[in-house]
Amino acid sequence: MRRFAKLTLTELKLFLRDPTALFFAVVFPPILLGALGVIPAFREPSEDLGGQRVIDLYVPITVVFVLAMLAISVVPTYLATYREKGILRRLSTTPVRPQSLLLAQLAMGMGMALVAVTLVLGVGVVVYDTAIPEQLLGYLVAFVLAAAASFAVGLLIAAVAPSGKAASGIGTILFFPMMFLAGLYFPREVMPETLRRIGDFTPLGAGVQALQDATTGAWPQPLHLAVLAAFAIGASLAAAKLFRWE
Amino acid sequence: MPVIEVEHLRKRYRDVVAVDDVSFTVERGEIFGILGPNGAGKTTTVEIIEGLRTPDGGTVRVLGLDPQRDGAELRRRVGAQLQESELPEKLKVWEAMELYSSFYDRPADWRRLLEDLGLAGRHDATFGKLSGGQKQRLSIALALVGNPEIAVLDELTTGLDPQARRDTWELIEGIRDRGVTVVLVTHFMEEAERLADRVAVIDAGRLVAIDSPAGLVSRLDAGQRIRFRPTTPLDDRILTELPEVRSVERNGGGQVLVTGTGELLQAVVSVLARNHIVAADLRMEQANLDDAFMALTTHEERS
Repeated sequence: MRRFAKLTLTELKLFLRDPTALFFAVVFPPILLGALGVIPAFREPSEDLGGQRVIDLYVPITVVFVLAMLAISVVPTYLATYREKGILRRLSTTPVRPQSLLLAQLAMGMGMALVAVTLVLGVGVVVYDTAIPEQLLGYLVAFVLAAAASFAVGLLIAAVAPSGKAASGIGTILFFPMMFLAGLYFPREVMPETLRRIGDFTPLGAGVQALQDATTGAWPQPLHLAVLAAFAIGASLAAAKLFRWE
Repeated sequence: MPVIEVEHLRKRYRDVVAVDDVSFTVERGEIFGILGPNGAGKTTTVEIIEGLRTPDGGTVRVLGLDPQRDGAELRRRVGAQLQESELPEKLKVWEAMELYSSFYDRPADWRRLLEDLGLAGRHDATFGKLSGGQKQRLSIALALVGNPEIAVLDELTTGLDPQARRDTWELIEGIRDRGVTVVLVTHFMEEAERLADRVAVIDAGRLVAIDSPAGLVSRLDAGQRIRFRPTTPLDDRILTELPEVRSVERNGGGQVLVTGTGELLQAVVSVLARNHIVAADLRMEQANLDDAFMALTTHEERS
């Protein structure tokens, strides 16, 4: 346990020394939410949105953005680079198993996600008076499942990418369509029905909707929780089967 | 007492036989060289010893342990420096040492280790800022930080400049003097000749010889060679009559090449002196491990 804590702390230090990753995953999301709220129309309740404001909808979208950044872009790139540089192999000659480094990366990613999400929710609540999730338990369940699904997809990327560069490329290619379906460019509420339906079956689309529902007081829909759980389990099993340590 | 016993080891990758019936033992406290051309199966052999690869046949015992079954115990007692293994760019030297020493129950004093390896001045440098030689030394330090009984060092001076290479050699002798058994994989003759107590020569997956460097050289029938340029014309017979001389050859530049055995130099110099012939540019060549290696590993494509 002491060894694992030390590994995780080391991974955290390395992340904090990586200005690009730190900026896009932790600093940028609360700034993004803050900037969106500057637009006056986004602060007006809209009947098309069931009385909600655009800024309200962007809170769960930005939360999912944080997860996507860390889980699909940052962590897989780190892990694939560690494999490419023989760091996992070096570790396998010591009493520590290389699996520990993978878990340490996940712990670091999860920890940074919590920090960034707290900042995002903080900016929303303090600056724009967005709602504190009413269905708190439902929100936590949705967040944990969304994080599990995202990191599982990230592990699958790390498993199949032959190099750090390749992982970063695959992550970027997946990031934009997934975030599109999660409503980053226009929220799910104003999407055509077909697009929204497709989004329901993606980890980030289902994640946004589950968080959104819990925020307004409803329990997340079983469909979305099931989609998240399916990605979490399916992608982790595939990653476990495909992961190469050298 | 042997600390490593390898018997009839076999390993194949798809249609390539990487290790073919290799057997040897390594004694406690020695520096054991594994020498061979690139792709000969050296790295595969030591990776099986380290438990990183599964053999297809034969048995391996390291400190009495089976690397496959007793991997956890083995990794506590064997330190490995792998070929081409890096660290995260932004990890600092002291952080790497502290982290890796935390993996072991009774680690070495890593600060001392950094001093011994001449890295104390780079304590706060990140891995990415180290020179090639410094990275290599840090790699050795990490292999030693667990106080191993055996250190396996794979191609440790590849890519180093001559000075760094010599410094590293001294270091390896220092490690052996602490009682650590060293298994050294190399394709540098000079390195094996200088460091190894015994050398296993592996070629195309097969063990072709195992002996001390001097023993390997003495197996060569090449004997000694003397080259010189006589200042006055020389009748070959005064040389060929000597019992020590085996052959006399001349090349276009007026240079004479004498091969033979025993006290060859003494005999040639005195017969020249008796005949008032001065030998200019006199040079004596002895076969070295390089020659022995070439003789042992000559392939068709090299001939």
